[in-house]
Amino acid sequence: MLRTFLEKLGAVTIFIFREMGRMLIFLVMALVNIIIRPGKPFHIFKQIHFIGTKSLFVITLTASFTGMVLGLQGYYTLAKFGSEGMLGSAVALSLIRELGPVLTALMVVGRAGSAITAEIGIMKITEQIDALKTMALEPFKYLISPKIVGALVAVPLLCAIFDVVGIYGGYLVGVKLLGVNPGAYFHEMERSVEWKDVWSGIVKSISFGGILAWVCCYKGYHASHGAEGVSRATTEAVVMSSVLVLVWDYFLTSVML
Amino acid sequence: MIKLVDIHKSFDSQAVLDGLSLEIPEGRITAVIGPSGEGKSVLLKHIIGLMKPDRGQVHVDGENITAMRRFEMNRVWEKFGMLFQNAALFDSMTVFENVAFPLEEKTRFSRAEIRDRVHNALENVGLRGIDKKYPDELSGGMKKRVGLARALLLNPRIILFDEPTTGLDPIICRAIHQLIRDTHERYGYTAVIVSHEIPEIFDISDLVAMLYRGRITEMGTPEEIRRSEHPVVRQFISGSLEGPIKFI
Repeated sequence: MLRTFLEKLGAVTIFIFREMGRMLIFLVMALVNIIIRPGKPFHIFKQIHFIGTKSLFVITLTASFTGMVLGLQGYYTLAKFGSEGMLGSAVALSLIRELGPVLTALMVVGRAGSAITAEIGIMKITEQIDALKTMALEPFKYLISPKIVGALVAVPLLCAIFDVVGIYGGYLVGVKLLGVNPGAYFHEMERSVEWKDVWSGIVKSISFGGILAWVCCYKGYHASHGAEGVSRATTEAVVMSSVLVLVWDYFLTSVML
Repeated sequence: MIKLVDIHKSFDSQAVLDGLSLEIPEGRITAVIGPSGEGKSVLLKHIIGLMKPDRGQVHVDGENITAMRRFEMNRVWEKFGMLFQNAALFDSMTVFENVAFPLEEKTRFSRAEIRDRVHNALENVGLRGIDKKYPDELSGGMKKRVGLARALLLNPRIILFDEPTTGLDPIICRAIHQLIRDTHERYGYTAVIVSHEIPEIFDISDLVAMLYRGRITEMGTPEEIRRSEHPVVRQFISGSLEGPIKFI
């Protein structure tokens, strides 16, 4: 009984460490390829378009409603203390420091990350990746590195758009619907938001972009066992990259505060 | 020359290749035949280095590729072309883009040159006017021919064919065999063909190797294999239900 338990525990521990090691090697190979074999800019622009431009609608939609909810919640909370004028500051700081980078990353994971895993996974199980290798074309150069670079560029840009749209969502509810003074809304925002906050948002969103592209590419690259395997890999990629984004967010916040 | 020495490979403790040794001569067509599930595709993947053996060595032109690191393999893969069982065309690209891809990425040809070479390659395999079609719009035979055009385009010295005619009708099957023979005569590459097409494969092969229970049971010219007294070879080429090969 105890032996079986210990054996299972050992097997799980070995599996976790092996998986972590493989993921790390995968990341190192991707980074090495980005540096020594960056590939044609066309492949990278294609990924920026796929991850960035095609996510614009969902990012704008999410950002506007997030900003509106923040405006609504923030107004009634601040009204209890007679500080409605601080609404702009509350909305902007929440978005720039936390919600913008995190929600952008989660939206990109859902829209583009899952697609990246499915695309690479299908290429893996239909031997298209093997075909690349047999033509002496490095799969990391054509498939993985452009996606990681694409995410590193696109996610912070999307995050900036998220922040701006969210702030205007908060403005719409706070100023246009609930009657907060527009001058106070923007003045308080300008007074309280520092460059440090903006930088922390940028650093977070760049690292989130790297994390989500790394995890989603890795899961697709190691997909196996047919359609079910690709489906499992896609689910694992979305769950793991979302969790890692949140864990990394906590770590970065505690370091950068 | 390709030489496999004492190759062992297991999946989940099930031995697929069990001490296999094989020499494939240069510039000839060698067919590997054998019952389904005996590891013929696994053998091809060992030859090209897509799989590493648990034990044993694979030598290509005297180099032991099993000991090579990942980045060294690109140099070996420059020598190879491979036609996969399902053709492995890039499904997000058109036929033209599929065939042009290796040229665009590995050569400095102009667009016009690439276009001419791609059209020439497609015409060599009997395909015209399908440039803009996607792989899912093609029949099985057309996919294999596009795959062959792509494999031939960089003039590899060794081409591996993984069941190039499986699932095709007899006429297309013969056309593809003829195509392999013709292109082999034209380019003189070393070919390894995994096939179930008995006796058709004998017509295009210089040598035939029978794979059974993880080893090469017999190897010789098609005529020698036809005349073989080995019970496994006899049963396989006659398609008899009686004999040492159990199908259940």
